[in-house]
Amino acid sequence: MNVIVCVKQVPGTNEVKMNKETNTIIREGAEAIINPFDTYAVEEGVRIKEQTGGKATVISMGIPSVAELLRQTIAVGIDEAVLLSDRAFAGSDSLATSYALSKGINKIGDFDLVICGKQAMDGDTAQVGPGLAEKLGIPHTTYVRKIEEIRKGYIRCQRMTEDGYEVIEMPLPAVITVVKEINEPRLPSLKGMMKAKKAEIRIMTADDIGADKDLCGLKGSPTQVVETFVPVHDVNSEMIEGTPGEQVKRLAEKLLSMKFMTVK
Amino acid sequence: MNYFLTEEQQMIKDLAAKIADEKIKPVALKYDEEGIFPRDIVKVLADSDLFGVYIPEEYGGFGGGIFEMALVVEELSRACGGIALAYAGTGLGTYPIILFGTEEQKAKYLPDIAQGKKLAAFGLTEANAGSDAAGIQTTAKADGDEYILNGTKQWITNGGEAEVYTVIACTDRSKGARGFSAFIVEKGTPGFSFGKKENKMGIRASVTSELVFEDCRIPRENLLAREGMGFLVAMKTLDRTRPGVASQALGIAQGAFDEALKYSGERVQFDKPISSFQAIQHMLADMAIQIEAARCLVYQTCRHIDGGAKSISKESAISKVFASDTAMKVTVDAVQVMGGYGYMKEYPVEKMMRDAKITQIYEGTNQIQRNVIALELIKSQKVSK
Repeated sequence: MNVIVCVKQVPGTNEVKMNKETNTIIREGAEAIINPFDTYAVEEGVRIKEQTGGKATVISMGIPSVAELLRQTIAVGIDEAVLLSDRAFAGSDSLATSYALSKGINKIGDFDLVICGKQAMDGDTAQVGPGLAEKLGIPHTTYVRKIEEIRKGYIRCQRMTEDGYEVIEMPLPAVITVVKEINEPRLPSLKGMMKAKKAEIRIMTADDIGADKDLCGLKGSPTQVVETFVPVHDVNSEMIEGTPGEQVKRLAEKLLSMKFMTVK
Repeated sequence: MNYFLTEEQQMIKDLAAKIADEKIKPVALKYDEEGIFPRDIVKVLADSDLFGVYIPEEYGGFGGGIFEMALVVEELSRACGGIALAYAGTGLGTYPIILFGTEEQKAKYLPDIAQGKKLAAFGLTEANAGSDAAGIQTTAKADGDEYILNGTKQWITNGGEAEVYTVIACTDRSKGARGFSAFIVEKGTPGFSFGKKENKMGIRASVTSELVFEDCRIPRENLLAREGMGFLVAMKTLDRTRPGVASQALGIAQGAFDEALKYSGERVQFDKPISSFQAIQHMLADMAIQIEAARCLVYQTCRHIDGGAKSISKESAISKVFASDTAMKVTVDAVQVMGGYGYMKEYPVEKMMRDAKITQIYEGTNQIQRNVIALELIKSQKVSK
């Protein structure tokens, strides 16, 4: 069974720099990591490959340096890595990203399952997985916490909900997005790291995947980010001291004076 | 400091560091408290291929040497010197096979050890044979195409958990040290059982047990090298693995130093972090000086050995003594820097101080090491005259 896993590069710190003109994240120069949710997708992809045979391919869209990051996925068992990288992709929103990834995935071809992390740690939209399924014209299930059964043309999985889970069957090919409950990602092996070091990362441009440049990047992105700012936490706190009895008394007086509480 | 590791060595060190930080650190205190053998960590190490770094490529390893093994031991020990011993103890049990095994013996045992499917252990010490290894009472009597083993080995690291044991026994009492032989004994052999599991001061996540042989019959092909070479097998092995103990000590020292340095920046007294006080600064500086010196010595000793040097006893003893004495000093100082908190079990340094102590004792006490060093020095004087 052939699996394609989508991963995204995200900033490794909370100190994110923004491009003031485009209101998008400046990815160059910042420490980059693989979106933590995507590492569960990688692990699940590798497990399916190991259990059923076939190939696990990872795909990402991003700046050329992402290629080095993709080597980490080869070190944990991914067979091949593909990076979509082109100036035309710059500034993509989730719609344009879904489009470009779908073109890349069709170019790779011959796949049974596409796996994404449930969302990216930076944008938090959780839209690319489902968007990708729409663009590919195949079914999808989000928030998968367990694959109960998978075989040629069929998957049955558990979709996590707020108060339990649903069991969903789909024909393959399909897209799933996974939650962290699905597995525990393995650490790399020495053999994997050696292989990753030598591996060739395939870089594909918009032309290579036959993408319409009007649907890519900023041009293809209807999302308009009007402004970005860091919320200011302006909270005044006061520590009430004394014995527990005194603390309760003073707290009650405060709440009464601020009319958060009334005495009946 | 740039130690000019090769790309592969750096990769090995980084991978071991990742396992230490992500998998070992979170469980180190619990495993110490409860004395749990780290089966789950052994599995992680096996999956990472690190068990094979010092095993020749033709037997499924990476073809590295003592240096590669030492780099792994150092990083694992930074998080827990006890858990690291499941790995290092396997190295000690495996080296006799690497050094003296026949083609058949190597092909039979090394691939499984390289893959982490089997752990190994080394059985030399007995109740009355510690520093005086020639006092071994365990006997091996030839009987047709078998040997019959009788006796008890004491304080054996990985005892009961390992599958492959290299055991030194007496085949001819009349020949003294030349009457010992080395054997490979597999767990599950009838007549081979495990005695008491020791309750130790430190390295509590490592299992230390007795090996009991009662008319234990092993095939003749399990003899390592030739009859009478047992003492040589043991000494040549220990010469090579002492830098492993040294790197365990180095890792423990580094781990304790990291904790003390971090704490000194966070702990505020007299309205300042304690790292702003010269008394603390000088202690931290002294710790760093000793650790750096130990690392230089250990790494260079490993390179000396892996480079194929003939004379290694003195060098390997020097590295073991220096690094283990450093670990003891540094861990005691780390507890001191952290004061009352350092003495508490909620913080890892009291455990590191307990763990450090064994490195001055096992694989030859530091006093015996000094004997070895002095003897080599005196020998070299005689040769030059």
